[in-house]
Amino acid sequence: MMPRRVFLPAILILTSVCLSLSALRAAPDGFDQALTTLLAVGPEAKGNAEASSAWKVVASADSESLIPLLEAMGEANPLALNWIRSALETIVDRDLAAGKSPSVDTLGGFLFEVTQNPRARRFAFELIQRSAPNAAEKLIPGLLNDPAVELRRDAVAWLTKQAAEAKTAGDEAAAGLLYEQAIRSARDVDQIKELNATLTKMGRTVDLPRHFGFLMEWKALAPFDNTGRAGFDTVNPPETGIQLDAKYPGKNGEIGWQDLVSSDPYGMVDFNKLFPDLIKEVTGYAYTEFDSAETRPAELRLGCKNAWKIWVNGKLIFGRDEYHRGARVDQYRMPIDLQKGKNTILVKLCQNEQKETWTVEWQFQLRVCDSTGTAILARNRPPTPPLGAVAKK
Amino acid sequence: MHSRSLALLLLLVPALPASADWPNFRGPHGTGIAEDGATGPAALTEETLAWSSDLPGRGLSSPIVVGDRVFLTCSSGPLQDRLHLICFAAADGKKLWHREFWATGRTMTHEKTCVAAPTPASDGKRVFAIYSSNDVFCTDLEGNLLWTRGLTYDYPNASNSLGMASSPVVIDDTFVAQIENDSESFAVGLDVRTGANKWKIDRPKAANWTSPIVVGPAGQEIVALQSSKGILGVVASTGSEVWNYTEGAATMASSAAFGDIIYAPSNGLTAFKATANGAAVEQLWRQSEQRPGTGSPLVSGNKGYVINGAGVLNAISLKDGERLWRIRLKGPFSSSPIATASHLYVFSEPGIGQCVDLTGAEGVVTSEVDLKETILGTPSLSGNAVYVRSDKHLWRFGK
Repeated sequence: MMPRRVFLPAILILTSVCLSLSALRAAPDGFDQALTTLLAVGPEAKGNAEASSAWKVVASADSESLIPLLEAMGEANPLALNWIRSALETIVDRDLAAGKSPSVDTLGGFLFEVTQNPRARRFAFELIQRSAPNAAEKLIPGLLNDPAVELRRDAVAWLTKQAAEAKTAGDEAAAGLLYEQAIRSARDVDQIKELNATLTKMGRTVDLPRHFGFLMEWKALAPFDNTGRAGFDTVNPPETGIQLDAKYPGKNGEIGWQDLVSSDPYGMVDFNKLFPDLIKEVTGYAYTEFDSAETRPAELRLGCKNAWKIWVNGKLIFGRDEYHRGARVDQYRMPIDLQKGKNTILVKLCQNEQKETWTVEWQFQLRVCDSTGTAILARNRPPTPPLGAVAKK
Repeated sequence: MHSRSLALLLLLVPALPASADWPNFRGPHGTGIAEDGATGPAALTEETLAWSSDLPGRGLSSPIVVGDRVFLTCSSGPLQDRLHLICFAAADGKKLWHREFWATGRTMTHEKTCVAAPTPASDGKRVFAIYSSNDVFCTDLEGNLLWTRGLTYDYPNASNSLGMASSPVVIDDTFVAQIENDSESFAVGLDVRTGANKWKIDRPKAANWTSPIVVGPAGQEIVALQSSKGILGVVASTGSEVWNYTEGAATMASSAAFGDIIYAPSNGLTAFKATANGAAVEQLWRQSEQRPGTGSPLVSGNKGYVINGAGVLNAISLKDGERLWRIRLKGPFSSSPIATASHLYVFSEPGIGQCVDLTGAEGVVTSEVDLKETILGTPSLSGNAVYVRSDKHLWRFGK
């Protein structure tokens, strides 16, 4: 959780008096109803016709409606967020064109409310940047551990710059510590990769799998058949129950569960380590157990270029039958509910018939984190395997 | 041929927004050819550069032109999940308004492309911006939001991890988009007033970056949906199948149509006739040696132009597909060429804009300009102006 005290310096900088947000409200007739209409939009154009009219009412409000609109983002689904954002932009553009800037103090007060919608807070920060760039610049260091990843990113970049300056000045010790502080706060993969590369050059080691929360140790069962890509829809025994000591008829004979360990810094779990002949048209399963300290919402984040399905505690979370179009860390984000104690995670991974050299990968990387990307570590998490660790038969 | 015959043939193509407009990918007819009155700039040089404007993000989408305004999309952010729609004044490049949205669909793409790959479209009153995340935003010309759709939000397996790029078309009150990929693959016709589905049809489960084109005269428009399987003609307002060409087609270069003849990147280049009455398609000719690269063929009156993968511009007769002449350009190319009756304009990946004079017996490159930035998007043409964009700038040539 974000410690609110880190915002104290920023509050002092702005010396803002956070006005009662409700007292600011001065909006056109029908504003509340119109805003409710925007919040009611849903899939497949649900509510669009009504929202189109309501948007005009909301967008006709003056800048005193900025905070109610930003607050409303906390109740908005991703579609409604864009409706509200667009109305906010229209209001701000109209006011700025008339020479009227939004109140930086008021926006700052909203920004400091860490429980508000992260995107709404970022929007407020960017309005401060437009109206008072110097104040915005001074706020950035206080955002290093902000729950809004887009706000945190600027602070990580700022701290990285401080580290680089210390290094240039010859203060390696300070630089190293600052880089380490930066990577601990970093949540964006590009920043983490860059900081890790710098720290590695400085002789410092970062436990990246632990930082991300990648799941490194699995039981694997393969190969089942995936001829003609039919395996994606085929229900094989692990999908109906896990029995780790059982044997099953596989594609090429009897198969049983084997250990499969990743030592990859980015948590890549590679089935080809078990099958060095790079077999094709096959299906494999990977199973692990995650001992959660509490019942809580979480995210599974997957990177994978094979077709896949994922079950948590026996419930299918999502599946996708795309092959070899690319993979990256956090390619897919899936909200899940962790239960206190043991949670089972089953991954189905299908390899297709393509023969090109760029289609040999049969692998995935999976992590458990919160909605900001901060790792959630299992109570039964083993130490990160050393580089070069291999799968055990 | 040129302007007289072109004018006659243009009578055969659908009625679309005002003649100076360039309302969608490759222009009012999806052929890459400007309306008859458009002259384009006489040359692509630093002297004919009218203005340039900074952009807030990346993009391969083309600018579109409606009246005196230019509309363009960009994407930005570490995850390319911030989606921009910007309106510029055509006269001086001044930014008139800028809307930004958050992607609701996945934003992963190959690093060469980005989320702002599809070109927006307009019906002259509204602008429809679509992105690789399959988010669609409809605004009026003043930037007022009319509706949104999240087509991956609605259909969660509709995405391509390499990125989507198909550009939509608008026919009367239907916005048509191909959301085709290896998984949840479909084409959809949305009501331009609300964004609601008028129709949605399953499409081949295979990655596809081609764009729909409009075939046939006004009132009888057929939308041709291209894929690796071939080209399916559907009624724009209902999605009902009218005809089906099943001999395969490219998944990058799109077809072009003139009247009721489609020139398709299929087994080289294939011309076939397809009508609105449901008759079987009739192949007119096939030239296996004419293979468009990434860019789409350009058809104009009785001539066609194809840039192959080696960067060679081939002029062909549309009567039989025979080559008339060819010249080597400075490539490589990701974008498609555009043309007036007298000049063809094309921009290479390294940013070399080339203007080819088409009025002689053979084409001649008469001017070049080095923009010194990577150009992957197809330029646009309106009146005497050519517009082209990079990840950082939008330029107008033609003062």
